[in-house]
Amino acid sequence: MKFMLLQDYGGIMREGVPVMSEWPPQAIEAHIAFQKDLNAELRERGELVEAQALTTPELAKFVVSDGASTPVVTDGPFPESKELLAGYRMIDVESIERALEIAARASAAPAHDGAAIEQAIEVREVMGPIEH
Amino acid sequence: MRRPPDTESLLREAAPQALAAVVRRFGDFGESEDAVQEAMIDAARQWPAQGVPENPVGWLIHVASRRMTDRIRSEAARRGREDAVAADRVEAPPPSEPDAAGDSDDTLVLMFMCCHPALTPASTIALTLRAVAGLTTAEIGSAFMVPEATMAQRISRAKKSVEASAEPFRMPAADERPERLRSVLRVVYLIFNEGYVSSGGPDLARAELAAEAIRLARIARLALPEDPEVAGLLALMLLTDARREARTDAAGKLVPLDEQDRSLWDRAAIAEGVALLAEAVARGAVGEYQLQAAIAAEHARAARPEDTDWREILGLYGLLERITGNPMVALNRAIAAAMVDGPEAGLALLAELDDPLAGHHRLHATRAHLLELAGDADAAIAEYRLAAERTSSLPEQQYLTTQAARLNERRG
Repeated sequence: MKFMLLQDYGGIMREGVPVMSEWPPQAIEAHIAFQKDLNAELRERGELVEAQALTTPELAKFVVSDGASTPVVTDGPFPESKELLAGYRMIDVESIERALEIAARASAAPAHDGAAIEQAIEVREVMGPIEH
Repeated sequence: MRRPPDTESLLREAAPQALAAVVRRFGDFGESEDAVQEAMIDAARQWPAQGVPENPVGWLIHVASRRMTDRIRSEAARRGREDAVAADRVEAPPPSEPDAAGDSDDTLVLMFMCCHPALTPASTIALTLRAVAGLTTAEIGSAFMVPEATMAQRISRAKKSVEASAEPFRMPAADERPERLRSVLRVVYLIFNEGYVSSGGPDLARAELAAEAIRLARIARLALPEDPEVAGLLALMLLTDARREARTDAAGKLVPLDEQDRSLWDRAAIAEGVALLAEAVARGAVGEYQLQAAIAAEHARAARPEDTDWREILGLYGLLERITGNPMVALNRAIAAAMVDGPEAGLALLAELDDPLAGHHRLHATRAHLLELAGDADAAIAEYRLAAERTSSLPEQQYLTTQAARLNERRG
């Protein structure tokens, strides 16, 4: 079963966690190391399909086209839609329980104070081919 | 790599020469390329067990040519035509015993073909890595983090474009050559940069691509030993790649030049780069790669960051800016100016770049650095944050965020 574990920029997390550029530098290092280690562990277990981080909402663009006239391109950031995807992990696991377990690990990444950041992780199963 | 390294490197070296010979003989670039790839697969299977043939290039040409004539024969048979044409080609004399200059000329023609003006940079890079560097499609795909099937399609479309251009396998005319050589050098440098600063992925240095670019420049230099810009590019890449080990720490984090452990710099690569540069500069035709190499050499020469001759570097950036008109060069000149005349001088130069580089993360990162030197922590933090928001490189984003955090912490 394939799942996408999704994280948003400015998504739901523990109250009082400041933006990362206000963390102690060591806390940033610990957070990054945590993410790398988690990816390495999932890769080792044969569960990681792909992990990617996306550029900030400042660089995001929305495109709307009617297929005929010049497409309408709107540049970010977008104050009206606060939450934009920040990154994702695609995992291939035996069960939804395992997917939730991995999401829980990701949600408990260390924050500025070393305690869990409690970031909400969206877990979505990837639709597959026809089931027999 | 599955194959033992000696077969691997032998094949990499032999492939472009073999391909060049087969294209020259049969004319069809795409088919020849496939035939040589198949011959390489045969070689990879047979050589480790049966031993490497005395003349690896000749072996590959022979096997690939046999495949080509088989194809032409079956094609002719399929069309129900007389296979006189095929027979004619089969009887073509075997390639004469290669002399070094002739071989490297062939390889250069191959590079010129791959760096065809009709191709996009992405296609040119893929085709060059496949045809000239002899990488497999899977290897190129993984280097650029795209699926193998996507990369195969990109390469095959590029080959079709080259064929459609109907360019004969020969050296471009003398008046076209400088322009084509410039695009070859640019492609090689793009490959190197892709390896040195990965634009998308989490790994800062994909050393294999940088090594391939250096190898390609060496091949070009064999064919054009007297061209100062070919030597300049090779020198630039050697001098830059020499810092690879020092450029990231154990955790994969970016280490800026002035904080690098200089004992980790590759002294042999630096010595080779400096020697190449001296030889090139002596020829008297200054160019952008030589200037960039000269700047890299100035950094390499300094035992400690404070020994750096910034006045010399400032002069070199001035020349480089005049030649290229590139605002990114002006950005570096501003840093050099700050080191010579103080941060305010650098900041004044940056003010002129607000327009050409509006919103570019490098402009913000440079301004942040100079503001920090000038003692304006608040403004520096704001600029570091803007830079972090705008970069598309993950290690760079982490570095810039940490810079902001460090100043923020110190400010209390």
